Amino acid sequence: MDIPEGYRFSEEHEWAREEEDGSITIGISWHAQDLLGDIVYVELPDEGDSIESGEEFGVLESVKAASDLYAPISGEVLVVNQELEDAPQTINESPFDEGWMIRVRADDLQEFNDLMDADEYRAFVERG
Amino acid sequence: MSDASNHAEIKSIPLEQRHIDLGARMTPFAGYLMPLQYAGIKEEHLAVRSGVGLFDVSHMGEFEIVGADAIEVIDGLVTNDASKLVDGQAMYAALCNEEGGIIDDVLVYRLAEDHIFVCVNASRRDVDFAHMSAHARGKAEIRDTSDTYALLAIQGPKALDLIKVLAPEDAEALEALRYYRARRAVVAGVDMLVSRTGYTGEDGFELYIPVAQAETVFDATLIAGEAFDLALCGLGCRDTLRLEARFNLYGQDMNETTNPFEAGLGWTVKLNKTTPFVGQDALKAIKARGLTRKLCGFVLQEKGMIRPGYEIYIGEENVGEVTSGSWAPTLEESIGLGYIGLDFVDAPLVDIQIRKKRVPARLTSQPFYKRD
Repeated sequence: MDIPEGYRFSEEHEWAREEEDGSITIGISWHAQDLLGDIVYVELPDEGDSIESGEEFGVLESVKAASDLYAPISGEVLVVNQELEDAPQTINESPFDEGWMIRVRADDLQEFNDLMDADEYRAFVERG
Repeated sequence: MSDASNHAEIKSIPLEQRHIDLGARMTPFAGYLMPLQYAGIKEEHLAVRSGVGLFDVSHMGEFEIVGADAIEVIDGLVTNDASKLVDGQAMYAALCNEEGGIIDDVLVYRLAEDHIFVCVNASRRDVDFAHMSAHARGKAEIRDTSDTYALLAIQGPKALDLIKVLAPEDAEALEALRYYRARRAVVAGVDMLVSRTGYTGEDGFELYIPVAQAETVFDATLIAGEAFDLALCGLGCRDTLRLEARFNLYGQDMNETTNPFEAGLGWTVKLNKTTPFVGQDALKAIKARGLTRKLCGFVLQEKGMIRPGYEIYIGEENVGEVTSGSWAPTLEESIGLGYIGLDFVDAPLVDIQIRKKRVPARLTSQPFYKRD
């Protein structure tokens, strides 16, 4: 599985990426979108909302099932990817890039550092 | 997975290894390991609507009633009128219990005056056979021949073109075969029963193949199918296709607690046919009394996804529950079916409880999709 540099992962298959300005972008991994199948609808928080590490912050609806999104870190939502409203399939097509979901200001960057790195995530996925 | 924890034996369809080798994502369904999807549900669905797709539905059951009074025997068991069938004609019917509840929805073929062929749902095969055996009135023998057949469905606007390549000697006859008719044909060199039926809302053919020849026919279909961009299809898109076409799914949209009238199958019920049938008296009484609820269709008016089990509201009143719901790839909307109290079936809009929100949906009595 190709995983870009600098991505960290939660056990719920969300990824987090630190930006130049210190904000954190969040999305779901290639593995997650593959399991879900075609995503047809995304429910995301609004700008200004708070997300809590480990808590549900949104929902993905695929043809097969609804899946809760769990926050990998706590913080305040700065930007929401509006493209996903009309083109939710972008998550399937480009989960690590154009399929990004939200960008947050992290309450505690230590939470980001505590996430799995690419090698740990790969091993986690392979364990099943 | 529920089957593993129940220690239930998962059965194999004849072509199971082929699907695995071709990269299908498999899933247990009705006691069989079945292909759920190949390239993806949306992609497969759209391929069937615009081109041609191949479904392996060998899990389905087949019964044969053989004997001089075969037609009378089946007529005594199902709601529709088999006495009106000609050789090679099929009819959709409900198999009911004494209370008029639906035990299964079935496809009944008259192959000959003394030979009736019935296609039944995989999940109901044993129940259907026990019920039919217990209630059959007459001398004709009912046999469960399911394990002798593999069933492949070729569906889509290019299905006819593909089958003509596979069955050159019978090409003209298959082109002329009308909807809901069946005939024997030689497909991929194999003699079999072919019917112009399907569960997708597109033109198509269902091939009842002697099980020993399943691989021969499957492999030949894949090779011939390359010229038509044949899509391998699984149960995932089978469900989205049938819902768009507004075909009921037994176990979701109907079961033994629903009668054919409220389930939208009233047109299959011939209360005045010559041979009395199981459930007839109950259905006559239900018709006289009137319905209390009806299976309605609805289209979500906002972005979201309708799923089975979601509650339906008008204002603060809970008026029903969703039985089937999905994303309609052709329409790019979420659609569903559900029973709604008769007082409310003419409402233009209802609300569907989707997790914490109530989302409006437009009621419709029409199929969501109809082919040209």
